[in-house]
Amino acid sequence: MTADHIKGVAAAPGLAIGQAVRWRKDRPKVEKRQVDDADQEVLRLEKIVDRAKEQLTRLRETTRERMGDDEAGIFDAHLSFLDDPAYIGEIKNRIRDKKENAEAISEEVTEEMASMLASLPDEYMQARADDIRDVGNRILLLLSGIEPFDPSLLQSGSIVIADDLAPSDTAQFPPGVAAMVTSRGSKTAHAAIMARTLGIPAVLGIGDNLDQIQEDDTLIVDGDEGNVTINPDADSQQKARAEMERQQELRRAALEKAGSDAVTADGKRIQVFANIGRPADLETALQNGAEGIGLFRTEFLYLENDHWPTEEEQADAYAKVLKAFEGKPVVIRTLDIGGDKDLPYADLPTEENPFLGHRAIRFCLSNPEIFKTQLRALLRAGVHGDLWIMFPMVENVSEIREAKSLLEEARSELEKEGHAVAQQPKVGIMIEVPAAAVTADVLAKEVDFMSIGTNDLTQYTLAADRGNERVAPLYDAAHPAVLRLVRQTCDAARQEGIITGMCGELAGDPKMTEVLVGLGLDELSMSAGTIPEVKENVRRIETAPARTLADEALTKSDPVEIRSLSGK
Amino acid sequence: MYEETLTISNETGLHARPAALLVKEAGKFECSIKLVKEGKEVDAKSLLGVMSLSVRQGEEITLRAEGDDAEQAVKTLRQLIESGLGE
Repeated sequence: MTADHIKGVAAAPGLAIGQAVRWRKDRPKVEKRQVDDADQEVLRLEKIVDRAKEQLTRLRETTRERMGDDEAGIFDAHLSFLDDPAYIGEIKNRIRDKKENAEAISEEVTEEMASMLASLPDEYMQARADDIRDVGNRILLLLSGIEPFDPSLLQSGSIVIADDLAPSDTAQFPPGVAAMVTSRGSKTAHAAIMARTLGIPAVLGIGDNLDQIQEDDTLIVDGDEGNVTINPDADSQQKARAEMERQQELRRAALEKAGSDAVTADGKRIQVFANIGRPADLETALQNGAEGIGLFRTEFLYLENDHWPTEEEQADAYAKVLKAFEGKPVVIRTLDIGGDKDLPYADLPTEENPFLGHRAIRFCLSNPEIFKTQLRALLRAGVHGDLWIMFPMVENVSEIREAKSLLEEARSELEKEGHAVAQQPKVGIMIEVPAAAVTADVLAKEVDFMSIGTNDLTQYTLAADRGNERVAPLYDAAHPAVLRLVRQTCDAARQEGIITGMCGELAGDPKMTEVLVGLGLDELSMSAGTIPEVKENVRRIETAPARTLADEALTKSDPVEIRSLSGK
Repeated sequence: MYEETLTISNETGLHARPAALLVKEAGKFECSIKLVKEGKEVDAKSLLGVMSLSVRQGEEITLRAEGDDAEQAVKTLRQLIESGLGE
């Protein structure tokens, strides 16, 4: 059999070989028919609704055990629909009125509800349309005698194939799933984030090519290159297995040493931290040997809520992370939000150009009451550990001063109210606007630390939208222009005797570790999964040759040359 | 029948969480309770119904109840709404 190659988005790194299992989300074909005894039909529906409730309650409990309350909450919403008179009540009424079968009526009412929700002016409600379709499908499957896809069909080594994977799907993955391949989705899709958290390779966005994959086909999934090979020949399989073993061996060796410090061969300590998006990510960070948190994004508190998060809600979340890291540095970034994100309760105006718009520190400074709630929560939580506060998207000194004076205001308010507050939190800025990197020498005088956010710095420097597939080839953080800005920032920090870290994707690129150390970074922060490998890389590096390598990289004209340089 | 008209004052309007709170409270009463906005009437015991009105801050709604505890129901719900629905 000849092998087929499919190209998709390389969404989560790693190599896997295994058997394709289709994550079935099929909808049974529904035929409308008249029923003689409508009451009997309603009774049939009621029994099915009870069974759906049982299934969902079980799902909620296993999800809560495995992934925590936030993820389990999805199923609470599903369960509430099953008690709703406008939904189940309406289905029953209509079965009686029209004397039609439960399947046809359920489908009809579900679709009406979903369209109603989708038409509401608010994104949070619109998202509930998918939830009610999910519930409606469960009812239909049960009515038709088809059990919903049973995740226990997935064995160790299965590769999950699906059109798309929702949080309610990935939440059910048993341990041992080898990889995932989907027809929709991008690097930033939920499925991609999930795969990186689980540490399994993922190739997403393969489109209609998904249909070429049959159940039980053998697949090689290369999450670094975004390749899927269908039914590879014996030779390719053998090669892939050998490569997997090599990677696993390296990873095992790296993991064994993940708990110890990363010190270069000539004795320079590089701190390797984790980026996290929510307290639930803590465990993976600790397991992989994170020596601190280099970036705690606080947006989840705002995006997954239906109101501005209160001081208490925020302080709880921050304290959880600070306590888990027992006195090690935890860099918490203040709210980074703008016109590209929709907060249902906030009514942010849509902007033509949200990435150049009223976002992050700009938004916070013109909404001091929202900003101060966060600053107060940070100061209160700060008593539980080593708090570093980081302001995003800063581009001039007055922004720093204004933010710091609000921080002081928050502190004196709290003290007057008799709260315990963090005494000496470090205050720093994220370097992600080219203007900030270029004037880093001026900004460095105002702060305790700087952290380079390469994701935005790259898109601003190269004028390439990182979400736009057509300019994706231009977007590469290893571009010499970006690296020159990194060097400039590191030099400025050294002049002032402050620390420079990096918390963008580039920091976790194992091929770039030597160049980054050579550019003068003191701290690298990344997704937890890559920490052990980067630490191992650091241990092999000597700072003088690394500096020469970095100098050479700065003279190159494109990222490809730079990557091959450090791969030597 | 007993009804009262009032203005929604909490910041997010009858958004998910406030709506859920209202529906839960409404469910404790025997009588039928309707929520009316601009002539559109929904069951106050249905979360989907209440959400479908998408009531925003500053908008006027009518609570209309029918049954033995109608007056009690409307007064309790009015208090809940006036107290800001947990916000």
